[in-house]
Order: sequence, then structure tokens, then C-alpha cells
Amino acid sequence: MVATSSTERAQPISLIPKQLSTWKRARISLLGARWPILALFILGVVIFMALFASAISPADPNRQSLVERLMPPLTRDEATGQMRFLLGSDGLGRDLWTRIIYGAQISLAVGVLAVAVGGLFGTSLGIIAGYFGGRVDDFIMRLADIQLAFPFILLAIMVLVVLGPGVWNLVPVLGIGQWVTYARIARGQTIAQREKEYVEAARCIGASNLRIMVRAILPNVLAPLIVIASFNVASAILAEASLSFLGLGVPPTVPTWGGILNESRDQILAGKWWPAFFPGLAIMLTVLSLNILGDWLRDFLDPRLRGR
Amino acid sequence: MGSYIARRVLQSVIVIFGVTLLSFLTLHLAGDPTYLYVSERASTEEIAETRRRLGFDQPLPAQYAKFITGLVQGDLGMSLRSRKPALDLVLERLPATLELTFFAMVISTVIAIPIGITAAVRRGTATDGGVMLLAMLGQSMPGFWLGIMLILFVGLQLRLLPISGHVPVLDPMLEGNWSEGIANIPRAITYLIMPGITIGLFSLSRNARLVRSAMLEVLSQDYVTTARSKGLAERNVVIRHAFRNALIPVVTMLGLEFGFLLSGVVVTETVFSWPGVGRLVTNAITQRDIPVVQAAVVMFSVLFVSLNLLVDLIYAQLDPRIRLR
Repeated sequence: MVATSSTERAQPISLIPKQLSTWKRARISLLGARWPILALFILGVVIFMALFASAISPADPNRQSLVERLMPPLTRDEATGQMRFLLGSDGLGRDLWTRIIYGAQISLAVGVLAVAVGGLFGTSLGIIAGYFGGRVDDFIMRLADIQLAFPFILLAIMVLVVLGPGVWNLVPVLGIGQWVTYARIARGQTIAQREKEYVEAARCIGASNLRIMVRAILPNVLAPLIVIASFNVASAILAEASLSFLGLGVPPTVPTWGGILNESRDQILAGKWWPAFFPGLAIMLTVLSLNILGDWLRDFLDPRLRGR
Repeated sequence: MGSYIARRVLQSVIVIFGVTLLSFLTLHLAGDPTYLYVSERASTEEIAETRRRLGFDQPLPAQYAKFITGLVQGDLGMSLRSRKPALDLVLERLPATLELTFFAMVISTVIAIPIGITAAVRRGTATDGGVMLLAMLGQSMPGFWLGIMLILFVGLQLRLLPISGHVPVLDPMLEGNWSEGIANIPRAITYLIMPGITIGLFSLSRNARLVRSAMLEVLSQDYVTTARSKGLAERNVVIRHAFRNALIPVVTMLGLEFGFLLSGVVVTETVFSWPGVGRLVTNAITQRDIPVVQAAVVMFSVLFVSLNLLVDLIYAQLDPRIRLR
């Protein structure tokens, strides 16, 4: 027995045998690539920052100190020599590093929640359209066409002007902005799955339409939707930053990356670069990581696209 | 062709109708929209008077009918701040926005094409990797942040380009003064470069990737191998045989591109104090000047839908397969 297991272990892993579980294959493929690993690491750091913000941040995100306004990065405390402002302070003397750590919470939460709302809504409508076809399909897809036919951010601006800024207004608006992508893909996949034998079998044993859609079709249309979701978290984070920059995101007391950028506007002309530089860098690194992971995930799930 | 045109025009009308309906209903999302039109200190009588004057006391279908009638006649209400027609304010600012959007579009396509071709031809080399990494970066940056960084480093530090301001080109042309408009172009470009890059970088990156993958697709086709085996110079194979066919997906993108760039305009104009519709919208947002925001949204949507229609029709003329679908 011992001998057999050691010959098994000696098999080259580059062949990636088919009988390995998806997770195991994902791990092997991921370890072979450099960029996705780096992206995963950056994303891990950002998620850690968001989860443990109050434990790891050196100061209170809203503590103002007017004598310490606009201190440059790497400012040390004069008396003790300890690091006072790692990334400098903003126009109200608040610690920028602390605010960026706390900003990760809102930016990530908004990105993930918006995708959850849009994904749930879009996938449900897409599967319904593909499964029932006919009039239902026509109606849902016409709605999608209308939404795709004009720049959605404009309507988002309109809605947020009327409802006022706030996370709970932002999330549904950004989510609704994304539903079309999920719906179109879910519909196409559902149409392909609808006539397969396992759906037929489920129908024969008397499963209801709802049960067939949720238990039989959904798991089989999920893969491409997950890829889209990873790109969409990135674009939702960018959209949140833009809207916060216009003062439509989250109230100014809550630090978000876009909001911090918005507040830095007054300092730009005075040549103070750090209040604008660092939050933008945080957005860029996070979005870049999500895009790289999305690319990797797409290649992994659909090897035909590799290298494109 | 005739039935195709008819179908596309009808679709566009439906979409514009849908957009106006949405932007009308949005106003009612928070309940009685009267409160959006009066100051916080308004008395009960004032509120009731405004509600009656704007017709918010009438049933919704009647209000929408009135809104549509106004829209067709070019009346989208009065600005709450300047007491001028909201649509006039938007139209006044439109030329500056179109100049910026057009310039951004030139940047995002003209530069993207050679970059994408080079990356595809040198697939797998350091050039390819570097270009694709830069393109990935360009797609991950909040555009307005890039704008701020350009202002800080190129504008304030190096003093290479002006950080705000605008030299009109379209405005004098619209007044019939063509020579002045044309004479303004060189100076206008110095003001356009930074905001143009800010808006265009995302599309530039996406288009470069798109051109690359379209080229890779085409370069592996049999007719390219044939061209090579005929002994054609590689340069000819790439430009004359491959690139022409790789252009199809790129051209398809162009129609949507304009609308995409238009939506980047709102934030970027604010960063660069560009006197266009985007900045008008930002100011209207801070002043809660609802009719102006609404007029701009409707105006942009109509513009976007019409442009898409135009691109589709031209495209159908060029490629007969599309008409038959």
C-alpha cells in the first residue's frame, strides 16, 4: 500500500488530472501564475484592513486637529519620535492612513453588496426569461435593451439627487445598474440548458418550475456569472468613487476612498499631493487586483480564451 | 434596408420614451417632489402654491403627459437658481462638452490601434506584457484621480500645460465665424490634452486590448497563412490582410464609446473647471437644481441614442449581413 501511494505522488502535477476537484485544480493553476497571486495578496490585505479597521488603525478616523493640518507623509511626533502621520494628514488634521483603512470598509461593502443585488436580480430575471421564453422573455429583454441604450451613470445621478446620498441608496442604484449583464448571460445559458436530459428528468419526477430553475439550472449557469461578478465588483468600486467624488455617495462623516478624494480637492491647488494621491492609489490597487483575478478566473473556467 | 431603418428608428423612439419615463418617475421616488423645488424654510402656503404651479397635485399620467408635451416643445422647466429655461442652460454648454468628448474619442481610438497591433504581433514578448499591464492599469484607475494627478504633476509641478480653462472652437463656428474657430484650434488643444487623457484613458486601454485580441484571432486564420506563404512582407500581411478584418469589432465599439465618454465628462469637467454640461450638472447637484439635472440627463440620453442609431445605420450600409439579422 505504501509503495502504491508513493508512485501516485510521483506523478507530474503539470498534467493536472481531470479527476481532481475544481478547488484543487484552481489552487494548482493559481500557484503557476505570478500576477494572480500578487492580486490575491493585495486583495487579502484590503479585506483584512476592512475587517479589522478599528484594531489596526493608529488613530480615530474622525479626530480633527487643526494645528496638525496637512502634515506631509512620514511626519513623526516631535516629542516622542514615534510615527504620527504615516501617509500625512488631511485638511482637518485627520490621519490619512486611518481614514484609508476605514474607507476600505465602505468601498468593499458597497462593491460586494451592489454586485449581490445586481447579480441576484439579473440572474433571476435572466433564468426566468430563458426558461419561459415567449412574451416573458421579450419583455425582460426589451427592458434590458432600454437600459443599455443610455449611459446609466446619468440616471444614477438623478436618483441620488432625489433620494440623497447614503450607502443604502447607493447599493441598489449601482446594483440595478449592473443587472443587464447577468440577465443576458444567464438567459443565454438557460436556453442552452433548458432542453437537456437532466432538466427533462427533473420535470418527469414532478419538480415545480421554481425547483427546476433553482436546483437544476442555476448551478449549471453559474460559472460565467462568477467571472462577470468579479469584474463588476471592480466597476462598482470605481462608480462609488465617482459618485462620492460628486458628493452623491456617502455622507462626509463616513470615510470612503471616493469621499476622501473629494475632500482633497481644495488642497490640490496648494500643491499638497498626499490627500489625493493615497486614496486613489488604494482604489487603483484594489480594482487592479480584482481585474487581474477576473481575467485569471475567466481563463481558468474557459481555457479557450487563454492569452487573449 | 428600408425595413431595417424603420425598425431601428422605432426602437430608438421607444428607448427615448423609456428614458423620459424613468427620469420622470425618478422625481417621484422620494414621495412628493414638491419638496425638491422649494427651500427648506418655505411656508405651507408656499409649498402648496409651488405644488399647484408645477402640477404635482394632478394624477401621475396627467403629469407625465404634460412633461412629454413640454419635452417635445423643448421646454424642460426653469432652472431654480438662474430663472432661465433649463434646456437653454444645457444647450449653451453643449459645444464645450462635445469638443472634449470628441478629443477624448480621438485619443482613445487613434492611439489604441497601433498599440494593440504591436502587442498582438509581438505576442508573448516583454513589449506585449508591458503594454497589457499598462492597459490593465489604465482600466483600473478612477479617471478623475488621473486628472488630479496630471494637474498636480504636469500642471503645477512641471508647468507644462494649463490646469483649467477652455478656448472655444465650436462656439465661434456656430456663430458663423469659421476662421476664428479654426485659428483657435492649436491653443484649444493645449487645454484639451489633460482632460482628454483623463476621460479617454479607460477607453484607450480597453480598445488596445480589444484590438490586440481581435488581431490575434485574425492572425491565426488560414488566409493570413496563405498571404504569408505567398511571400508577402510581414508588414503587408499585418496591415493589409489582418488589420482590416480585425477592425470589425473595434468599429462596433465606437458607437457605444461616445456615450461612455459622455458619462466620464461629468466628473472630469469638474476636476478641470471645464465650462461644459458636466460641470453644470455638478453645480446643479450641489444646489439641488432639479430641472437642470433632469434636462441634462434627457439631453445626454437623446444624444446618445441618436448617435447609436446613426452608427448602426452606417454600419448596416457597410456590412450587409447586419441588415438581415
